[in-house]
Amino acid sequence: MPLVVRLRSAVCLLGRFPALAGVDLDVHAGEILLLAGPNGAGKTTLLRLVAGLVPLYSGEAEVLGADLTLDRRSARRHLALVGHETFCYDDLTVRENLRFVARASGGDGGTVDATIDRLGLGAVADLTHGKLSAGQRRRLALGTALVRDPELLLLDEPHAGLDADGRAVLHEIVAAAPGEGRTVLMASHELDLARALATREIRVDSGRTSLPVGGPA
Amino acid sequence: MSVWREAGLVAGKDLRIESRSRVAVSQILPFGLIVILLFAFALDPDRGFLARVAPGLFWIAVLLASLLAIGRAFQTEEQHNARDGLRLAGLDGAAIFLGKAAAIALELLVLEAILGTGVVLLYNVSVHGIGVLLLTALAATIGLAATGTLYGVLAAGIRLRETLLPLLLLPVLAPVMLGATRAFEDGLEGAPGDAWPWVALLGIFAVLYTAIGVLAFGPLWEES
Repeated sequence: MPLVVRLRSAVCLLGRFPALAGVDLDVHAGEILLLAGPNGAGKTTLLRLVAGLVPLYSGEAEVLGADLTLDRRSARRHLALVGHETFCYDDLTVRENLRFVARASGGDGGTVDATIDRLGLGAVADLTHGKLSAGQRRRLALGTALVRDPELLLLDEPHAGLDADGRAVLHEIVAAAPGEGRTVLMASHELDLARALATREIRVDSGRTSLPVGGPA
Repeated sequence: MSVWREAGLVAGKDLRIESRSRVAVSQILPFGLIVILLFAFALDPDRGFLARVAPGLFWIAVLLASLLAIGRAFQTEEQHNARDGLRLAGLDGAAIFLGKAAAIALELLVLEAILGTGVVLLYNVSVHGIGVLLLTALAATIGLAATGTLYGVLAAGIRLRETLLPLLLLPVLAPVMLGATRAFEDGLEGAPGDAWPWVALLGIFAVLYTAIGVLAFGPLWEES
């Protein structure tokens, strides 16, 4: 299977602190890879590095064929990140936020209504982000990722803030990802839930991956 | 997607947010009107004096209100880290710059129309040379919006943004203040011919900072 992410001795600095201190990682197409590790281990920074949101200090990083040391923008068009924040605007409705993201990513917004239905957000589609509950916001964040139809889906603590229904929706989306041509890289503390979805798991600790680079199990 | 289409998307988004949040109408516009009113109270109640200094007072009020509009344009990107969402979308930095600057410019033009009406009524100003006044306002507004958007991204993500932005921006905008005030004075005094060099200065300033913004905004946005 082709490599979607390839990191070698990747180092990222947050200020002068090495948040990633030499990470090696291979992620293959169609995998659902779980990053496990304690708080402050560097999981979020690793996801943000792959998303091209933080610069690589040293080492090698290729995402979807793009060398991140040369070009952090081109890979972004084909990936999506669901982070701790929703990346949405308080004064836009659910539908407007999704339409904006879809159009900004080069689409025509034709998948917005289907995404709203898939996430169970139909009843709040015309409410502004500022009026949504925490769980509804998390679903919307997932929606902003899906409307971009990404090849690589990055999920940072995706279970946080979701109720049972929300988690069921999340699990349906992640489980269906390989069949939809997506690769998933997720960081989670909810290990039991995440392990049920993952096809492989690696541990991140003190800014390093603690298992050798490997392929899918 | 072309740069212009991306810019239109960003401008439309910013204007929709402003129209719904009503910050421009409920805070920025009243702020500008209060500044004009305070000048009227603080300076000589002789309306002849106020009419003479009206161009300078008008542009000071616009400048102060524009600081709020520029700060607001970047504040919306800070909430819920929407800035990362824009970066992930892969939009061209030049398009984000042009879209944000266009939205700010439109807000400022509306603000100037209302403040200008207030100045005419409060300061008893006779309006002459409307063509020069409109061209001056257009060129000065584009310069203000382009410079403000460029310096806004410099200050974005910094904890002390609210105090840093005026410190960075006001000295750079001194030529706009000077040119717009002089052009307005000449226009209102019925000597529009004397205003054209100032309008040209404002035009050059606007083109220069728009060009710098198109080139520099993307890398600054990436690292902010």
